[in-house]
Amino acid sequence: MNQRLLASGNEAMAMAALDCGVLLGTGYPGTPSSEILENFSALGGRAEWAPNEKCALEVGIGVAFANGRALVTMKHVGVNVAADPLFTIAYSGTPGGLVLVSADDPGMASSQNEQDNRRYAIASGALMFEPADSQECYDFLIRAFEISEEYRRPVLFRVTTRVCHSKCILERRGKSRPREIRFDKDPKSNVMIPAYARIAHRKLRASLHELEALNEKGEFTKEIRKSDELGVITSGISFQHVRDAAPEASILKIGMTYPLPLETIRRFAGSVKRCVVVEEGDPVLEDAIKAAGIPVEGKAEMFRFGELNVNRVRKLLANDLTPEAQPPAGRPPQLCVGCPHRKSYEVLRDLNCIVSGDIGCYTLGVLPPFEAVDTCVCMGASITVGLGLRKALPEAEARRVVSVIGDSTFLHTGINGIVEMVYNRPATGHVVLILDNSTTAMTGLQEHPGTGRLLDHTPCPHPVSIEETLRGIGVDNVDVVDAVLDQEGFRELLKKRLASNDTSVIICRRPCILAAVKIKSYEENK
Amino acid sequence: MANVTNITVSGLGGQGVLKVTDILAEVLFRAGYDVKKSEVHGMSQRGGSVSSEVRFGDDVASPMVPEGESDFLVVLDPTQIEVNLHKLKQGGTLITTDDVPMDKLKSPKALNIMMLGALSEKFPAIGEELWIEVVKAFLPQKLHEMNIEMFRLGRQK
Repeated sequence: MNQRLLASGNEAMAMAALDCGVLLGTGYPGTPSSEILENFSALGGRAEWAPNEKCALEVGIGVAFANGRALVTMKHVGVNVAADPLFTIAYSGTPGGLVLVSADDPGMASSQNEQDNRRYAIASGALMFEPADSQECYDFLIRAFEISEEYRRPVLFRVTTRVCHSKCILERRGKSRPREIRFDKDPKSNVMIPAYARIAHRKLRASLHELEALNEKGEFTKEIRKSDELGVITSGISFQHVRDAAPEASILKIGMTYPLPLETIRRFAGSVKRCVVVEEGDPVLEDAIKAAGIPVEGKAEMFRFGELNVNRVRKLLANDLTPEAQPPAGRPPQLCVGCPHRKSYEVLRDLNCIVSGDIGCYTLGVLPPFEAVDTCVCMGASITVGLGLRKALPEAEARRVVSVIGDSTFLHTGINGIVEMVYNRPATGHVVLILDNSTTAMTGLQEHPGTGRLLDHTPCPHPVSIEETLRGIGVDNVDVVDAVLDQEGFRELLKKRLASNDTSVIICRRPCILAAVKIKSYEENK
Repeated sequence: MANVTNITVSGLGGQGVLKVTDILAEVLFRAGYDVKKSEVHGMSQRGGSVSSEVRFGDDVASPMVPEGESDFLVVLDPTQIEVNLHKLKQGGTLITTDDVPMDKLKSPKALNIMMLGALSEKFPAIGEELWIEVVKAFLPQKLHEMNIEMFRLGRQK
């Protein structure tokens, strides 16, 4: 039964997962990927938020070892956290389909970098799809699971902000039959000790040659034949911009971008007078095509930054290197009026703390009127970077260092930092603030292991207690305060902890004002 | 691409910019057009500027409206006119809160639907019934009556 509807890429991936019998969807929230699992759950799929992306991918690997299909979702920087299992599962593969969605954010609409995760496919040997719209998100994801099983290879399903969040027309097909779940003992394939991994690496490379041959057959490649003067090789959302920017051009659009169909590309490049590679982000296709000895033009350095769009593709194709006009700045995001973080940041600002910050709404404390965040690197880094500052700075300065992290981020990769703090404690001790707003606010109010609710907001019987975790690790002082109700009490406590040589964590607990209303409704529906 | 109409809706986080463009895109889809809709989610819910774009016609390629090629620019907050004006093409139509009967607006949360009414009037090929059918499909029942009233007020001016 076919259904025709308007759907975003994230909705299309959720529908594909449901229709092809995904046994478990797991991931960690991150713009622009978060709605995939939320939609999958709302449609009736089994979906979970893992504490971090490494956990998510490993749980997915376990499902796929049991012959089930696993969909693992995350934003681009999440793949850095999940990279360890990725590189080894690329060797062994799994009998059940394993697809890792990497939602990249060129232009950094909501991210700390614009890394191009197509590099991960090449580095790890995972095959890669790059859908260009919701229909391809749907069609390619179903095929990705089939190919993952047929070739026993994990798939990196690389989407970008505009593919995830743009809506277009989608034809949805019927459901497939569920797979048989079983575990077959096969240590030579599933246990990567060096002796077996050496064999597995050879198998991986052989399998990539087979996949390249499959890709040459053209199932995932679209060729639009027009002018012989100009040909464009492209992938993902850039294809859509090229159609608008150069309606006269012949286009070779590649859907499976690793391993590449190099002979198809060679024939296409030879069939036009001028052949240009148009891709967002890094020159990944360009480098691979040029390395194969195929003469093509790439893009100028200026187009490596930010998203492409129709205007920029027109400029790129015209070799127009004149500086681009900056659009007028809108109102930047800011901490909400009434946000509990505001009260905490007022104190940090007043006490002239050196704040080692982290990833979340509270990173916005860097902006006026607080200007109270001094470093921000990646998830969980606030605690450990703060420890490094404490160890390097002279005592008077070291005493001003405070690490600030959110509740979801703490459970993501902050716990390891606490272990480091207790084990390798600085001479002045250290102070960590956990700004606990009882949700994963920045990405759209998702649940996490500490909220007491599961992904679908139903009760979680065993929530993780942040304070018990801290006490269990051996932190000297663990306090829970409400900086909104008692800002003075918080100020005095923070001063006292900064003056001591103890390891201290102060949890500033008050729900996000946006989440509070929703939390109330979940409690009522319990 | 020929025969593509571009609409940009701008405002501030919390004004329902994304909701109203979802409704707009669905109306155009049900009216039989090829439709694409694009926006950036994420940090914008914290009171920042929000824009969402809808393109429709026979065959739409890029989901993003090319810079300066919006046929219609709908702005829900007066402070957001200047920063978005560059998106409007020469001779394009700007719709602001001056184009709707603000004195009759019953709730600021329904401004998006009142502005949708004003925009809807620019597409005479699409009947009022379809607009109202989709507004109802996208809003909870208790809000139907008020929003349909606001839609009609926006459309009538």
